[in-house]
Amino acid sequence: MGPLVPDIISNEFNYLIALIMGVGFGFALEQAGFSSTRKLVGLFYGYDFTVLKVFFTAGVTAMIGVLLLSHLGLLNISLVFVNPMFVKSAIIGGLIMGAGFIIGGFCPGTSAAAAAVGKVDAMAFIGGSVLGILGFTEGYPLLEELYTASNMGPVVISDFFGISRLLFAVILTLVAIFAFIFTSKIQEKITGKAGEWSGSRFRKMAMFAVIPVVIIVLIALTPSRDEFVMKRLEKKVATGECQPKMIDADKLAFELINNYYSYNIIDVRSAAEYDSFHIATAINIPLENLANPEYRSFINQRIKTNIFYGASVDDAKRACLLARFHGNANGLALIETADEFKALFYDVEPLGDEPTRKQLTVNLFREQAARKMLEIEASVSSLSKPVEKKPRVVQGGCS
Amino acid sequence: MNPYLAGVLLGFVLLTTIYITGRGLGASGAMKSVAVTAVKAVAPEHYESSAFYQDYAAEHPDGTMKSWLVFEVLGVLIGAFISGVLSDRVGFKLEKGPGVRNATRIGAAVLGGALFGFGSQLGRGCTSGSALSGMAVMSLGGIVTMLAIFGSAYALAWFFRKLWINS
Repeated sequence: MGPLVPDIISNEFNYLIALIMGVGFGFALEQAGFSSTRKLVGLFYGYDFTVLKVFFTAGVTAMIGVLLLSHLGLLNISLVFVNPMFVKSAIIGGLIMGAGFIIGGFCPGTSAAAAAVGKVDAMAFIGGSVLGILGFTEGYPLLEELYTASNMGPVVISDFFGISRLLFAVILTLVAIFAFIFTSKIQEKITGKAGEWSGSRFRKMAMFAVIPVVIIVLIALTPSRDEFVMKRLEKKVATGECQPKMIDADKLAFELINNYYSYNIIDVRSAAEYDSFHIATAINIPLENLANPEYRSFINQRIKTNIFYGASVDDAKRACLLARFHGNANGLALIETADEFKALFYDVEPLGDEPTRKQLTVNLFREQAARKMLEIEASVSSLSKPVEKKPRVVQGGCS
Repeated sequence: MNPYLAGVLLGFVLLTTIYITGRGLGASGAMKSVAVTAVKAVAPEHYESSAFYQDYAAEHPDGTMKSWLVFEVLGVLIGAFISGVLSDRVGFKLEKGPGVRNATRIGAAVLGGALFGFGSQLGRGCTSGSALSGMAVMSLGGIVTMLAIFGSAYALAWFFRKLWINS
């Protein structure tokens, strides 16, 4: 399902979403006490660790939420924007921002929240920010080299360390919990007041802290929605209670050259295999993407009959059953694999010395069909095909 | 509000944003829109001749102020104001460390803002867009920037202690 923009919610409506999400963001920042600069810098002098608590809790909540939504098949994680890693500018920019934080007492988001409730210093900070940004945009010719140096692309941290997303989520959650306990002890020492992790309150806090860990463990132990659907299909195939209807290559070729417009041929192999050879008029939806909602309109075309083929007959069957699961009941699966189809029609083996009449007839048919299919393919090449989706980098974020 | 509860609330706002738009939250980008729009208004010739602004204009075909983050930050102002009214925290006020003069505080805020603004452009995002949203999607760049921001602030805290605490 998600992200909802731009397929379900239009880009124009997205500005209204921005406003609504901003209201939530501003409300949460102000309620957290981030409109107070002394509360913000308390983190660096040990008298108030609110920033750390809010920041880490928010990050961990959203991170686990993303994992959970993708586990339930509600969010396509490959379409979510991951900010790219430019090693030098990320580190140097961060160091400069840190200096700005300790001198100015705000960061951009919190300064907006503070200015809204009338903090004069926050308004000065915003003015300064605009000046600083002007400094960057005016000096860009000089800074460009540093800005674009050492690009690693949108790297996900768990891939960088070669661990699973879930393991990283557990590690980050435990680090956060440990940091909460540790900093509340520091705060107790400096302010002399008992923190929320001391004495009788520890048990209550620990109970809350267990919740995120339990959610991650549940995600790790239960099959994801895609796995669950596939498993049920495999089970039905194995017991033989649900077999797709099959079609053979010659019948398919005959139908194609006579009524290609009433068939929707779907190649479930990878894009590279599809590019090297595909049956005339076929569109390409790799098997692992077939369940994605954005392709649903392609497999649910009412006046057309789906015919699936793949690298093996089992893949074709699986695809056909998957389509049936998602609402299209009258699909067919090709008995031959893609390579076998190609061999039958395009790499015809020469006949023996004394071919039978039947062999000759079949051969003649295949020869003509091959020619005809090439013609059809050329004339319908403008048929609508699934568009490959990529994460968009146009809007949002800090760029 | 309890900071952990506020954190969970913020986390859900961020999660909803990612679910709907496929991207996280931000803040400094809106200030960039303001800066670019100011240049366009004050020095239109310079705006036309500078490659950087022309690239920016090409990325924002509907106008320099019509960006997702400008609307989001307008929302932040509204949301923070509502929260301030509910918690009775609205009113003009200059907050500073003990014994700091008003002029010093304002000067430091402008300087700090300038550094933060500059750094956020170099680092491709601030604490919201890079660090917080980066953590939610496990971005390496976001997490490295976050460590750099907080590491640098801690390292410099001692030198600027007179701005904030008695010692």
